[in-house]
Amino acid sequence: MTLFPIQISIPSIPRPVKPTGLWSWLTTIDHKRIGILYGVTAFILFLSGGIEATLMRLQLSGPELDLVSAEVYNQLFTMHGTTMIFLAIMPMGAAFFNFIIPLQIGARDVAFPRLNAFSYWTFLAGAIMLKLSWIGGATNAGWFGYAPLTSVSQNPGTGIDFWIISLQILGVASLAAAFNFIVTIINMRAPGMHMMRLPVFIWMSFITAILLVLAFPVITVALIELTLDRYYDFNFFNVANGGSVVLWQHLFWVFGHPEVYILILPAMGIVSEVLPVFSRKPLFGYSTIVLAGAIIAFMGWMVWSHHMFTVGLGPAANAIFTITTMLIAVPTGIKVFNWLATIWGGSIKLNTPMLFSLGFIAMFLIGGISGVMHAVSASDAQQQDTYFIPAHIHYAVFGGAIMALMSGVHYWFQKTTGKMFGEILGKFHFWTLMLGQNLTFFPMHFVGLEGMPRRIYTYAEGMGWDLWNGVSTFGVFILIISFLAFMLNVIKSWKSGPIAPADPWDARTLEWSIPSPAPEYNFSEIPQVKALDDWWVTKQENPDIEVPDALENHSIHLPQPSYWPFVTALGILIAAYGVVFNDLLVPYLIAGIGTLVTFIGVYSWSLEPVNDPDEHTSH
Amino acid sequence: MAQSEIKDTDHVSDVEHEVTSTGLNHRKMLMWAFLGSDCMFFGALIATYLVYKGKSLSGPQPIDVFDIPVTSVSTFVLLMSSMSMVLAYSALTKNNMKVFRIWMISTAIKGATFVGFQVYEFASFSKHHVHVECNESHEMTTFETEVFEAECKPGIDSFSGEYGLKPQTNLFGTTFYTLTGLHGAHVTLGVVWLLSLLLLSFKKGVITKEKNVDIDLAALYWHFVDVVWIVIFTVVYLFGVFPFS
Amino acid sequence: MSDNQINSEVHTDHPTSLQYFKIAVILVIITAIEVGIFYLEFLGYFIIPILLVLSAGKFYLVAMYYMHLKFDNKLFTLLFISGFTVATGVILALMALFRAF
Repeated sequence: MTLFPIQISIPSIPRPVKPTGLWSWLTTIDHKRIGILYGVTAFILFLSGGIEATLMRLQLSGPELDLVSAEVYNQLFTMHGTTMIFLAIMPMGAAFFNFIIPLQIGARDVAFPRLNAFSYWTFLAGAIMLKLSWIGGATNAGWFGYAPLTSVSQNPGTGIDFWIISLQILGVASLAAAFNFIVTIINMRAPGMHMMRLPVFIWMSFITAILLVLAFPVITVALIELTLDRYYDFNFFNVANGGSVVLWQHLFWVFGHPEVYILILPAMGIVSEVLPVFSRKPLFGYSTIVLAGAIIAFMGWMVWSHHMFTVGLGPAANAIFTITTMLIAVPTGIKVFNWLATIWGGSIKLNTPMLFSLGFIAMFLIGGISGVMHAVSASDAQQQDTYFIPAHIHYAVFGGAIMALMSGVHYWFQKTTGKMFGEILGKFHFWTLMLGQNLTFFPMHFVGLEGMPRRIYTYAEGMGWDLWNGVSTFGVFILIISFLAFMLNVIKSWKSGPIAPADPWDARTLEWSIPSPAPEYNFSEIPQVKALDDWWVTKQENPDIEVPDALENHSIHLPQPSYWPFVTALGILIAAYGVVFNDLLVPYLIAGIGTLVTFIGVYSWSLEPVNDPDEHTSH
Repeated sequence: MAQSEIKDTDHVSDVEHEVTSTGLNHRKMLMWAFLGSDCMFFGALIATYLVYKGKSLSGPQPIDVFDIPVTSVSTFVLLMSSMSMVLAYSALTKNNMKVFRIWMISTAIKGATFVGFQVYEFASFSKHHVHVECNESHEMTTFETEVFEAECKPGIDSFSGEYGLKPQTNLFGTTFYTLTGLHGAHVTLGVVWLLSLLLLSFKKGVITKEKNVDIDLAALYWHFVDVVWIVIFTVVYLFGVFPFS
Repeated sequence: MSDNQINSEVHTDHPTSLQYFKIAVILVIITAIEVGIFYLEFLGYFIIPILLVLSAGKFYLVAMYYMHLKFDNKLFTLLFISGFTVATGVILALMALFRAF
C-alpha cells in the first residue's frame, strides 16, 4: 500500500544498439571485446614502458653520460616501473581474464557485464592520468614511492599527486574487475563444471582476484594517508611530529608483495594450459598445482618485510621474514616439478606458444633462484638496492610473466581473431626475446654483486661496470627487434593469416569447442560438463565430432550495451584532474563537475535494467 | 547469463530469477566479497591508528578530549539504526510497504544523527579548552602537564586556553580524524543510498516483496558500517586511556 | 558444489521482528556494560580482553543475525571471514613490528 502514488518517470536514454563502429566499442559490454580492448591498450602501454627503459639503458650504456639529467632519470625509472606493473602486466592479465574466463567455464559472459566495461574504461582513465603526467614533470620517487621523498616539502610538484591519483583510479578498476571475476567463477559455471574440474587458468585467475580484493584496499589507505599529508599537512609520515616513514613501507609492501603474486599467478595459469596441450598429456598433479597456487597466495601475506631487510627492523623481524620467504619457494618449486612431469614422456610440439611456456619455466626459475638469495636477510644486506635486485625482478616479470603472456597470446590468438598466428615470425620473436632478455638482464647480476647501486643516473669511469652495462644496453636493441617482429606478426596474421579452425591445437578445454573467432554468444548450447578437460574427453568418446559453424541468426538473449560504464569512468577522470589541479578557476570546481558526472553515471546505471525489457530480438 | 534449464530462446529479463551455480544471487555474493575487502580497508586504517597510539609528541591525547558518555549515545543510535534497517527489510518481505518505508526513513535519520554527532565531536575536539591550576598540585594528564610546564610561570595562578585537536596537531589527531572521518563518510554514503532507495520505492514495481535484493544489499552495507563502528568504539574510544607502549 | 539452481531466497529460518528487537536490547546492554566497565579503574589492563570479548559478542550478533550469516550459505561467511582474518592478521603483525605491545 503506497502512501501517495507518485508517478516518477525517470527520463531514459535509449540503449545503444549498433553492433559496429566506434560507439559499439565505447558501449560494449561483451567480455571478448573488453578483453581485446585491454590487450591492445596494455600492449601500447608496454611499449611506452619499453621506451622509458630504453632511454634509461642508453643513459647507462657508458660511464658519465648525460643523455638525460638525474631528475629526468628518476622520472624514467619511476614511470617505467609503475607503467610495466600497473599498465602493462596487470591489464594484459586482465585481457586474458576477460576473454578466456567465460569461455573456459562455459558461460555466455561475466556476472556483471557493465561493471566489466567500467573496469576497462576506468583503467584507461588511470593510464591516461599517469602517462600524461610526463607533461609538467612525472612522478620521480620510485614505483613504491617511499616517504619522505614523496612529501610535499621534498616533492612539491604535481608529479607525485598524479601518481597517487592514477594508482587510486587503477585500484578502482582492478577491484571492480576482481569482484566481477570472483562472482563469475563461483556462480556462472556450466552445469557439471565443479570447482575441481576448472582449468588451472581459472583457478589461478580466481586466486589472483581474491588477492586483488584483499591487497588493494591497503595501498588505497596508504595513498589516502599520503594525500592527506601532502594536501593538508597531516602527520602520517611526518617525522618531525612523530610520524614514521617506515609505516609507509609496511603499508606499501603489505600490498606490494601480494601484488607480485597477482602479476605471476595468471602467467602460471597460462603455462599450465599450454604445456599439456603441446605435450598431448594431461597436466601432472592438477590438484597439487591448484593447492600450490592457493598456498602461494596465502603465504604471500607473510613475507612482505623482505623488501625492508635493510631498514632496521631488528634481527627478530628479519629472521622471521627470511624463513617465511624461503618457505614460499616450496609451493613454487612444486609447480615447476609438476610442469616438468607434464612434459616428461609427452609428444612435444615445439611451436611458438610451447616455446614461450618452456622459456617461462627456465627464465622464471633463474628469477626464483636469485629470489631465494635475497630471501636470506644477511645476503640481502649486500644485494639490496644494487642491480642484483632488478636482475631478479626482470627474470621473474619479464622472463616470467611477459613470456607466459606471450605464450597466451600465441595460444589464443586464433580463438580471438579467427586467423592463424604466423609461426615463423612467432619463433623469430621467441628466440630474439630469449636472446635479448638474457643479454639485457643477466649481466645485471654481475654489476649488482660488484656494487653498482640501483636508481643512479650515471656511474663513474673506472668502476669496472662499463662492459656489462654496455652488454645490457645492446640486449635492449635485440628486444626492440623482437617486439617489432611481434607487431608485424599481429598485423600480418590478423589481416591475411590463414583462417583458423575451431580447434587448431587439438586442445583440452571448452573454448576450443566453439568456432574461431568465438561467436558473440560464445556457446550455441551451454555445455554439460562431465570431467576435467571436458573437451578432450568429449573428443575421445566421439572422435568424429565437429565444431558446428557460428550461427548466422540466433535468438540467444545477450546482455545489452550501455553508455553508463563509459560515462562513469569519464566522470572519475575529470574528477581526478580536478583534484590534482584543484586551484583552477574556483577551487575544486572541476573535481565537483567530475563527481557530478560520476554520480549521473552511477545513478543511470543502477536504474537501467540489465536487459531492456522491450528488446526481444538480438542482432 | 541463461543456463541450461532456460532455453536459449527464452528471455530472461528478470534478473532475480537468474540461474546460478550455487543458487545464490550474484549481487549478494558481490556485496559479501566487497565487505570482506572493506575489512582490509578499515584494517589498514585501524593498524595505522594502533601503531601510532601513544606516540604523539605533544598535544591533546584521547584522555583529554574523549567524552565517552556522548559517544556512547551516538553508538547507541547507530546500533538502533541496524535494528530499524533489519525491520525495514523484514517488513518488505511481508509486503508491508508502509512499515518498510517508516523503518527506512528511521534508519536514515539515525544514520544522519550519528554523522551529526561525529561533526559535533570533531568541532568540539578542535576547540578543546584546557584549564590548569598552577598552585595546587593535582593529577594532570600528560598533555595538561605539557601546558603546565609551558604556561605556569611564577606569579601565574592558573591558565586557561584553547588547545584544539586538529589533524595537523599530532599523530592522535591525524589518525583519529582519518579513521573516524572515513567511517563517517561510509555512513554518509549509506544514508544517501537508503534515501535513494526510499525515493525509488515510490515508483511502482521497483521495490517489491519479490524484488527485495536491492534493500538486502543496502542493509548488508549498513550493518557492516555498524560493525566497523563497534570495533572503533572499543579500540579507539574505550581503549583510549591505554597507551599500549 | 550443487549444480545450477534457480536462485531464490531459500532461508531455513527468518528471525521474527520480536527476535530482532531482543537482539537490539542485548546489543544495548552489552554496550552499557562496556561503558560501565570502562569506569572501573581497578581492572587496569584486564579491561582490554574483557572489552574485546564483549565487542566480539556484538560483532557476532550483528553479523550472524542482522546480516543473516547464520542462516545463509556458508560461502558468504567464508567471503567475509577471509577479509576479516587477513585484516586482523595485518593489524596484529604491524603492532608487533612497531612494538606496540
